[in-house]
Amino acid sequence: MKFSLTTTALAGTLALVLGFAAPALADIKIGATLSETGPASFLGDPEAKTLKMLVEEINAAGGVNGEKIDLIVYDDGGDPNKARTFATRLVEDDEVVAVIGGTTTGTSMAIIPVFEDAEIPFISLAGAIEIIDPVRPFTFKTPHTDRMACAKIFEDMKKAGIGKIGLISGSDGFGASMRKQCLEIIGDYGIEVLADETYGPTDADMTPQLTNIKGKDGVQAVLNPGFGQGPAIVTRNYAQLAVGLPLYQSHGVASDGFIELAGAEAAEGVRLPGTALLVASLLPESDPQRAVVVAYKDAYEKATGKPVSTFGGYAHDALRILVDAITRAGSTEPSAIRDAIEGTSGLVGTTGTVTMTAEDHLGLDLSAFRMLQIEKGGWKIVE
Amino acid sequence: MPELLQFLLSGITVGAVYALVALGFTIIYNASDVVNFAQGEFVMLGGMITFFAHAAGLPLPLAALIAIIATAGIGVALNKLAIEPARGAPVVSLIIITIGASIFIRGATQLVFDKQIHRFPAFSGDQPILIGGATILPQSLWVIAGALAVFFCLWLFFTRTLIGRAVLATANNRIAAQLVGINTNYVMTLSFAMSAAIGALAGVLVTPITLTSYDVGLALALKGFAAAMLGGMGNPKGALVGGLLLGILEAMTAGYISSQYKDAAAFVVILAVLFAMPQGLFGRKSTDRV
Repeated sequence: MKFSLTTTALAGTLALVLGFAAPALADIKIGATLSETGPASFLGDPEAKTLKMLVEEINAAGGVNGEKIDLIVYDDGGDPNKARTFATRLVEDDEVVAVIGGTTTGTSMAIIPVFEDAEIPFISLAGAIEIIDPVRPFTFKTPHTDRMACAKIFEDMKKAGIGKIGLISGSDGFGASMRKQCLEIIGDYGIEVLADETYGPTDADMTPQLTNIKGKDGVQAVLNPGFGQGPAIVTRNYAQLAVGLPLYQSHGVASDGFIELAGAEAAEGVRLPGTALLVASLLPESDPQRAVVVAYKDAYEKATGKPVSTFGGYAHDALRILVDAITRAGSTEPSAIRDAIEGTSGLVGTTGTVTMTAEDHLGLDLSAFRMLQIEKGGWKIVE
Repeated sequence: MPELLQFLLSGITVGAVYALVALGFTIIYNASDVVNFAQGEFVMLGGMITFFAHAAGLPLPLAALIAIIATAGIGVALNKLAIEPARGAPVVSLIIITIGASIFIRGATQLVFDKQIHRFPAFSGDQPILIGGATILPQSLWVIAGALAVFFCLWLFFTRTLIGRAVLATANNRIAAQLVGINTNYVMTLSFAMSAAIGALAGVLVTPITLTSYDVGLALALKGFAAAMLGGMGNPKGALVGGLLLGILEAMTAGYISSQYKDAAAFVVILAVLFAMPQGLFGRKSTDRV
């Protein structure tokens, strides 16, 4: 009796699933594996919400080339093993024509081989430069790299005549990786690192490290590559010690939440590279990105009731690039879509204006970042 | 010289945070020999509930009070729902149950509240206090005062009150304690309520400094546990001294040697101490009669 009950229930569920899936058979199937839950959920959650919202919007407007998009999203929880399983499922069972995702560098790197082997275009939403360097034929990405953030900061320092800096970085993945990238290119700008301190991602007080930086003769500015609560505590300790030098934070904390955590008073004068999305309302009317970021921001905040984030913007750009490529290719053949993505030119997204080439599968330049300064608890564009 | 003073003040600030967390371990350990690994979650709940109650418009003291009472309630529920049904189980099983409880509380907090990092304003402003060229935030003084007050209350509780001695008796020998008329179930429930309340109080005091989010509990519990081990598990004096020592050790290493080795240096010292004194600095000697 129990057995047959279960079977009936199973059959019922199956019928339900099939019932929903059946009309979608002729559609354009796009897959995604994102970290909606787990430690990277604050990245993956807005990404998944963005994709679902935009696909609904596109389908309501008639789809792409007259065909509707069927979006298949899996939640890998930030686990590279799970991501790989889902990637294989997307290719073999769901037979998607393109994939967006890989919320983190770890999950992205784990699934790249699956799509390269299956020759299906894949657009990653993770930061590391390793994803597109060296260039792989079917792999693309939308977020700018940490190295570009370093370059943007060093350009600004050079303009201000700063030649000697102190470095205080988080020892977590983001902080350690960005520190390495910054040190690799800092020589090109003629800037010297006089102090190189670190702190743990859960540390509660960084005054010893900052005291040492403050005590070094000749330091003209301090740079803090970091993520999460660390940079907020560094900023508060910086004000506590009255260091009095310019403080640069990274794009990792470019959000309104950072000002709130650090406190408007302590964060006054802090500079960091951020995307246009963060300062949508401050962009001049003439800015080509204004229309795009304002439209996305309004739509997202209306659909979810939550403030828009840079990470959702990465997913927005990935889908726009894909839809643009499918439209231009006029076909849903994965190899045709790949060629079209590589031919993306002048596509305005939330992170910047994307122009891909065979050698550049990111397609952004330094203009994607805006140098921002915190003033009276708000942002100001300083360029 | 101001550097040394600044390192010391930083060490005391961080050390007081560790000490407050370590003090929370004391009562449950004394009542049952169980190291409660959900203690960090109590600290997290104290901070998170206060933040959301404050954000909902309640004044900070009232929000803090609600957080402490609610967390104490969760502590009681943890005892009633998870620990008491497994009463006959060995201590190791009970410790594993607390690890499970901590994972559950973390997951539930993520769903009930959110995954963002939060902070509420410091009690007496953010204007740093200058001491001989070094600075300390007023909130650090609150944390230090909180740690001292909790320590003093615990010391009074365990040495001067009947119920405090009943807690110690229950840990020593549950059956003998029952025979002399101690309601051991009540003692266990009380010890979970008090531990949770102390944890929540710690969360309320430290959040303006350390910030809080659903996942801060684990890191805090680990450091607090290390401090408690260093000082001697179960002894309030050990928790206080162990916490401050650990904090100062970290700050001095970060200041004078290298910030890269900060955590490593602290743990090497802990290992060395435990090697020479396995009970910690102030731990009770355990003599098992065979």
